[in-house]
Amino acid sequence: MFQVRIHGRGGQGVVTAAEMLSVAAFDEGRHAQAFPSFGSERTGAPVVAFCRIDDREIRSREPIMEPDALIVQDATLLHQVDVFAGLKSDGYVLINTGKTFAELGLAEFFAQHRADRLCTVPATELALKHLGRPLPNVPLLGGFAAISSTLKLESVHKAIRERFSGKLAEGNCAAASEAYAVVKKEMEEARHAQAD
Amino acid sequence: MLKQIEGSRAVAEAVALCRPEVICAYPISPQTHIVEALGEMVKSGALSPCEFINVESEFAAMSVAIGASAGGARSYTATASQGLLFMVEAVYNASGLGLPIVMTVANRALGAPINIWNDHSDSVSQRDSGWIQLFAETNQEALDLHIQAFRLAEELSLPVMVCMDGFILTHAYERVDMPTQEQVDAYLPPFEPRQVLDPDDPVSIGAMVGPEAFMEVRYLAHAKQIEALQRIPVLAEEFKRQFGRDSGGLLHTYRCEGADTIAVAMGSVLGTIKDVVDEMREAGHKIGVLGITSFRPFPLAAVRMALRQAKRVVVLEKTLAVGKGGVLATDVRMALAVEPVEVYTVIAGLGGRPITKRSLHALFRKAEKDDLDPVTFLDLNRTLVDKQLQREKEKRRSGPAAEAMLRDVGAVAARLV
Repeated sequence: MFQVRIHGRGGQGVVTAAEMLSVAAFDEGRHAQAFPSFGSERTGAPVVAFCRIDDREIRSREPIMEPDALIVQDATLLHQVDVFAGLKSDGYVLINTGKTFAELGLAEFFAQHRADRLCTVPATELALKHLGRPLPNVPLLGGFAAISSTLKLESVHKAIRERFSGKLAEGNCAAASEAYAVVKKEMEEARHAQAD
Repeated sequence: MLKQIEGSRAVAEAVALCRPEVICAYPISPQTHIVEALGEMVKSGALSPCEFINVESEFAAMSVAIGASAGGARSYTATASQGLLFMVEAVYNASGLGLPIVMTVANRALGAPINIWNDHSDSVSQRDSGWIQLFAETNQEALDLHIQAFRLAEELSLPVMVCMDGFILTHAYERVDMPTQEQVDAYLPPFEPRQVLDPDDPVSIGAMVGPEAFMEVRYLAHAKQIEALQRIPVLAEEFKRQFGRDSGGLLHTYRCEGADTIAVAMGSVLGTIKDVVDEMREAGHKIGVLGITSFRPFPLAAVRMALRQAKRVVVLEKTLAVGKGGVLATDVRMALAVEPVEVYTVIAGLGGRPITKRSLHALFRKAEKDDLDPVTFLDLNRTLVDKQLQREKEKRRSGPAAEAMLRDVGAVAARLV
């Protein structure tokens, strides 16, 4: 079982991201369960959504407390919510920001963590570039496909086209692809740095 | 056809396959997505012929459903929480009149304090209303139960509530196998009302009944529910033959062979409990699970048969009978009245409090040692309660309790669970 927790703010498409992640996994023939954290939905308030992916039926309904991967859609949450709570020691982290982990002040916190599993991607900027709207959720799914290897980028594209149509679908696909490339490159660099 | 969709959407599509002719809708979370989806289907013509009626309240929703059903139309509505309470007078009338309405209850807590999250207080409050109540464990079962519910309701001329956990199921995306229209048509024949308001053959429905026959009419309702105990397993069996799935029935047992301890519950928490039981079985614990699907009628004999070999039973329920403890636990105790089985009541998950595997592991291990109180409140923050009790002791005008306790808890948004 692979468990993903997505943090963001009301209006950023946190729940949609978890749902699309589950659809992408389903399209690959896997079992997936996505659900929101059921808060009162208010724009700007911290929101959490969850997605479990497995090769067999998923029965547990508890919130994901020990995630294999974290997607943080809004870096300002780092000061407000304990987004890293329960993260597995070899877990993946993907944060929507143009900064590095060091620039976010997280270097010390993650000193013992595998560097190639800590990635950032400026998803809001990519969304603005390809969609003209600051919606980071879908580009981050492209980045997630790169970081985790749980999911193919093509499956994310397929899930995008199932959810959206026309310009919205194509813009999101392009943004997801670019996020995928950014994260892939980042991981390569981290691996090289480790190898050096 | 396999689909990865939201639970509400799955239920809406299943209800549409049942060819309802009248849908009355009033929005209330977490039920709203269901009737929204049905509304779209009626508007687009995908669901036709069907009249979608936006009413002004839940009371009107049930009243319109009563009128529509009495007029011979297959009728459906959905609600939750305070919405169900607001329609209660009409809820009792629907069953008292023997009208086979199907209603989804997206289970949600009852206020005050106001709370939009899941527990079973709403539908369980209607346990004596005369409606059949079926609880779904998964979204697949929720959609399957709706198909069975129309068949059961119309055979017996009794209304059926299909209860599914609000948010936990209604808002969860998971895999469902959506049947075809042909499959549903083969299972669910057209509605042939037992009574109908027909200008060509006029009758009156809803007579005033005095002491001379009231008890007998009420007994008839009871007799029909007892009859449902026979029909529910038969319809589930037939469903399995036609659709290839185990869904519905009175109850489901899981790993109960040789179990000393059996956990009893209703709804989606059964999945989490099953995962815990698998882990405990692997560690050598003799533990099993009994899931109750049919809460009303309550299958006393079947529950007794399923539990009588156990040493102890832990009834975990998402309802609090204030001043007593459990509701489901009381029913289970009645089923086991003549059996030497210890029954523990555990109140859990009220108002959306997550029921975690960690807490369940600890709970069941405590139960195995017969170290549980007769009534346990899972993960209760006793300090928080004591603080408020102390405040009330110290000062007459201690103010509103909920507000004070929220202040004591602090910033909730910053916490995950």
